[in-house]
Amino acid sequence: MRTLLALALRSAWNRRLTLGLTLAAVALSSLLLLGVERLRADLRASFATSVSGVDLIVGARGSPVALMLYSVFRMGEVTQNVSWASAQWLAQHPAVAWTVPVSLGDSHRGYPVLGTTTAYFDHFRYGDRRALALAEGRRFDELYEAVLGAEVAARLGYRLGQRITLAHGSGEGPGMEHGDKPFTVVGILARTGTPVDRSVHISLESMEALHLDWAGGAPIPGLSIPPALARKFDLTPKAVTAVFVGLESRAAVFGVQREVNAHRDEALMGVLPGVALDELWQLVAVAERYARLVSMLVVAVGLTGLVAVVLAGLNERRRELAILRSVGARPRDVFALLALEGGAVAALGALAGALLVAVLVLLLAPWLQAHYGLTLSGGAPSAQQWRLLAGIIGVGVLASLIPGWRAYRLSLADGMTPRL
Amino acid sequence: MTEPAVRICDLRFAWPGQAAACLDIAEFTVARGESVFVHGESGSGKSTLLALLGGVLVPQAGSVNVLGTELTRLSAGSRDRFRVDHTGFIFQQFNLIPYLSMQDNVLLPCRFSERRRQRALQRSATLADEARRLLAELDLDPSLWRRPVTQLSVGQQQRVAAARALIGEPELVIADEPTSALDAARQAAFLDLLARECAQAGATLIFVSHDSRLASHCSRAVALADLQRAAAPA
Repeated sequence: MRTLLALALRSAWNRRLTLGLTLAAVALSSLLLLGVERLRADLRASFATSVSGVDLIVGARGSPVALMLYSVFRMGEVTQNVSWASAQWLAQHPAVAWTVPVSLGDSHRGYPVLGTTTAYFDHFRYGDRRALALAEGRRFDELYEAVLGAEVAARLGYRLGQRITLAHGSGEGPGMEHGDKPFTVVGILARTGTPVDRSVHISLESMEALHLDWAGGAPIPGLSIPPALARKFDLTPKAVTAVFVGLESRAAVFGVQREVNAHRDEALMGVLPGVALDELWQLVAVAERYARLVSMLVVAVGLTGLVAVVLAGLNERRRELAILRSVGARPRDVFALLALEGGAVAALGALAGALLVAVLVLLLAPWLQAHYGLTLSGGAPSAQQWRLLAGIIGVGVLASLIPGWRAYRLSLADGMTPRL
Repeated sequence: MTEPAVRICDLRFAWPGQAAACLDIAEFTVARGESVFVHGESGSGKSTLLALLGGVLVPQAGSVNVLGTELTRLSAGSRDRFRVDHTGFIFQQFNLIPYLSMQDNVLLPCRFSERRRQRALQRSATLADEARRLLAELDLDPSLWRRPVTQLSVGQQQRVAAARALIGEPELVIADEPTSALDAARQAAFLDLLARECAQAGATLIFVSHDSRLASHCSRAVALADLQRAAAPA
């Protein structure tokens, strides 16, 4: 066996370029399959941990998935608001323990601005029901004070006391800055690995003050209200994007949801975050299935290429195999020699693919975190990923039996004199 | 030591799917220590005869006895082991494995046969020493030893193959047209060398060629056509 192994290695080294390229093909196709699976699992986990402890998200009637994506993940957009009166009605509902109104729409250098109340810091939960914590400073209290998510502070290098300017909407286009009303950073949140990290938090009153002299998404011409004067106005918000609701008893959730959906004054919608996530996964599942199917096909292509290369090499190696037969190699040694080569290339390729996945996750994780607030777990592969890896290796080894079998047949037929 | 090196009796072999027998030999005996030239045209069944002697093929009928062992009674695996234990082969050309060094090519039989390894170690302290002794014996200059075998001339390659056939002192050396790729002068030199080495090692040499002029290098010559009981192929 050691003789065979040594021979297989020397022979493979002799054809290192072809085999190396084949190995690369197997590695890249494995990278695709394992990477898709990894991304799928990690994104699901990341989404699932982004919000917990919120029983109901209430917004204007529309798409539940869109409301959740916008209010929790700051993705997409929701144009309809919830009136302040409805928010108040919710807050005073007997089954409701707490409410956190949130108002979105502005941004700071690409990071979303979230207008809310200090109740947000008390009640918002992520992961395994973990509360938000301040890494530095304090919550907002006065007008024009901002609390930054960890990612915003780290990326932009902001410290406490820094003055920042918010922009209207996504901040694109000239004249969209709220330059007249700068904010002061008073707190920085500890990292959560959720979209909270990339949010700028201000009070609803600050949000209102910013827009006193705006109408219809643009400054009102000729009207400019200086920051200090804004305090004289009634800064109670007229509307918010959504309201996070915590209930006295989770058992009441469907009753409250029904009430919200049937609210007479305004077309509202209550969304259970878990249900909306499931709905999202159902939408995504189709794409996931296709992604997996395609990547499985790519792996099949890679392994087919491997078998083709080993088979093609076999013809050039008939001489070599005949010589080995003449010095005592059995047909099953010849079989093992070829099967070993294919199997080893398949296994090494798949392992290299898995390694590439790990490296890519390391490289990609900060970018995903910064741009989408999504966390890739850098940890060990899941059971499902191990199964896929084992599957690739298994299929590769099985496929390598084909050249092995062909070599076996050839060496039986050829004996010591190949008929080329 | 009384049994002959080779004894073939009433042998009949036909390739699968062919009605006519390729080989039909009543009797063919080679004594130990003999060097026999077997003459046969291309397609006359020379290679088939060698494959039968090597135990790669088994006849449909008759007996193939090598060194007192009846090959037809051995299992396929035992025949493979018997072949490497007792027989050294030299082929027409491309005898060497391109990715192995000269020394590793020579030592191949010792990797597959414990008997050949032991016998090589009886002559020299290490396997490498024995390989080098044989290579030197076969007029391969030490300056060539480190060269990739693919860069050797055909004559040099055939001498490396001869060293491989001889290492571990197999009782039987079978050469199949080993000189057909050489020019006349080198043919003669190679055959003399081979015959001398076999004699020195006490090995029986069976040398097969279509070129009857080479018969003079052996102690005895036979024509395959004369061995055949059936009519010679048209």
